[in-house]
Amino acid sequence: MSSTSSTSSTSSPATTAPAASAPAARVPRLRKRGDQDTRRPRRSVLLTVLTGLVLVYTVVPLVWLLISATKTQEGLADSSGLWFADDFALWDNIGDTFTYNDGIFGRWLLNTLLYVVLGAGGATFLAILGGYALAKFDFPGKRGVFAVVIGAVAVPGTALAVPTFLMFSKMGLTDTPWAVIIPSLISPFGLYLMWVFATEAIPFELLEAARIDGAGEARTFFQVALPLLAPGIVTVLLFTTVATWNNYFLPLIMLKDPDWYPLTLGLSAWNSQAETIGGDVIFNLVITGSLLTIVPLIAAFLLLQKYWQSGLAAGSVKE
Amino acid sequence: MTTLQPPPAAKARTARPPARGDRRSWRGWGFIGPFVAVFTLVFLAPIVYSIYLSLFRDQLIGGTQFVGLDNYQQALQDDQFWASLGRVSLFLAVQVPIMLFLGLLIALALDSGRLYGTDFFRIAIFLPYAVPAVVATLMWGFMYGTKYGLVGDINDAFGVTLPDPLSSDLVLASIGNIVTWEFVGYNMLIFYSALKVIPNSLYEAAEIDGAGQVRVITAIKLPAIRGALVIATIFSIIGSFQLFNEPNILRPLARNAITTDYTPNFYTYSLSFNGQQHNYSAAVAIIMGLITMVIAYVVQLRGMRKGA
Repeated sequence: MSSTSSTSSTSSPATTAPAASAPAARVPRLRKRGDQDTRRPRRSVLLTVLTGLVLVYTVVPLVWLLISATKTQEGLADSSGLWFADDFALWDNIGDTFTYNDGIFGRWLLNTLLYVVLGAGGATFLAILGGYALAKFDFPGKRGVFAVVIGAVAVPGTALAVPTFLMFSKMGLTDTPWAVIIPSLISPFGLYLMWVFATEAIPFELLEAARIDGAGEARTFFQVALPLLAPGIVTVLLFTTVATWNNYFLPLIMLKDPDWYPLTLGLSAWNSQAETIGGDVIFNLVITGSLLTIVPLIAAFLLLQKYWQSGLAAGSVKE
Repeated sequence: MTTLQPPPAAKARTARPPARGDRRSWRGWGFIGPFVAVFTLVFLAPIVYSIYLSLFRDQLIGGTQFVGLDNYQQALQDDQFWASLGRVSLFLAVQVPIMLFLGLLIALALDSGRLYGTDFFRIAIFLPYAVPAVVATLMWGFMYGTKYGLVGDINDAFGVTLPDPLSSDLVLASIGNIVTWEFVGYNMLIFYSALKVIPNSLYEAAEIDGAGQVRVITAIKLPAIRGALVIATIFSIIGSFQLFNEPNILRPLARNAITTDYTPNFYTYSLSFNGQQHNYSAAVAIIMGLITMVIAYVVQLRGMRKGA
């Protein structure tokens, strides 16, 4: 987390955060682990072991999921949860997951991708535009926009769900992808993060120069501002992707037709299928499907570590 | 919420627009406009509509009628509502402190520089955040099983009979465990990020004063991340009061223990989608929203004032 090493001398998080968000720390690094070499604390085995206990707690369920995905329905019942059964059925399970019920799992996966591309992508785009406006323009109603957005964030989503459903129902949007995509387009956290990023990363002088050269507002934004915002964009995109990919409540109330389900809703439906009389018990597919659902996100988090960790550092302390 | 303030640099610059020759103009609306338009549709309109709905009632005779605050009055005397609120309050009082305390301890351990493999710990403990609540609940639900799950394995291996985690007595604690698992790493990262931006000069000063590790934590680290602690607490309060996904997904495994009015959110959901009582449901949701906002606001005022 090189970019979190900060800077300003005040201890208030509210003022140090923007500096932390500066993509390539332009500022002298006062607190870098290397600086402490002369008096680096001794490593402690005891503390490592204690933290290791928490690690076991967070990792064991994931290990359980991975091992269970290799078992057949019978193997799940017969074998111990934390070791493999006699049959190694992972590939069969994956095959079955994608072919069960005419391959509806694949359809759910594509739906989820659709919601992520349009929902999370759109949310990120709106947040970039809005954050840029708040950071670099002085426009009538700016304070009002800020106050209303902050105030509305404090309203629990619960209070919004039912009226949103009824509104969308009147507009004929329920049970269509739009019912899931449109509410996903707003990410107040994303707007805020982009505001912080744009404030730090885009010098006014650069915008002035572009305008003097005769570039219009749109061109200035796309050619001058946008490239400078790249690290912030990756962070916002990753977090809106997680929010959309993992969304459950919104599709639950908006969608009835299983053909439009995202993965989360589909897995939950498969799981409760065992409950219904004559329902097919497919826990092995629920487990394998769960594994397939989390693999892309975990991969994204691992691969993009350096972006989101610095992004979260900027957002978390302030938000 | 005063914690969300404009970035200082933005404030400083907007305060003197003539300096950059960029007078107040409507051009900014070209960029903020799309956000505001969608925000109005999916945030403001539902809030207004919700308030409107809560003032009416669908009656068998006479159709939908304006009833003023009757729905609110009914909600305040609704035992089911109060029971669900009591449940999430208990959840809030027990689960949130455990989760935040654990997250804080790990963050302090990581920040102390005394661990082997700090980077590995940080990412591995954070990973559950990327797991959807649905998958987390399904996983834990299977593991809770006394027959085939891990609890069953432990019973078999040690010849003991552990209590059923999905029984009425324990299911709230079991849900608490799932939520803790999901968010302990996220909170840890919030605290850790805040700890990382503490200027080194403070530690140097503490060393000159001969302060020990514990003193450094209580006198420097904790006060410096107070903002992050308050934010994490507020998020956790909102999250607890909105509890829905975990009980809803766990319900097929614990149908007797988890009722459809288990949490306020579950209750409004059931009222609306199983009972078609949209108007009453809106009133309950608004009351819950107000309670959440008031508590979040009080926590923020107290948290920010302390020693500030």
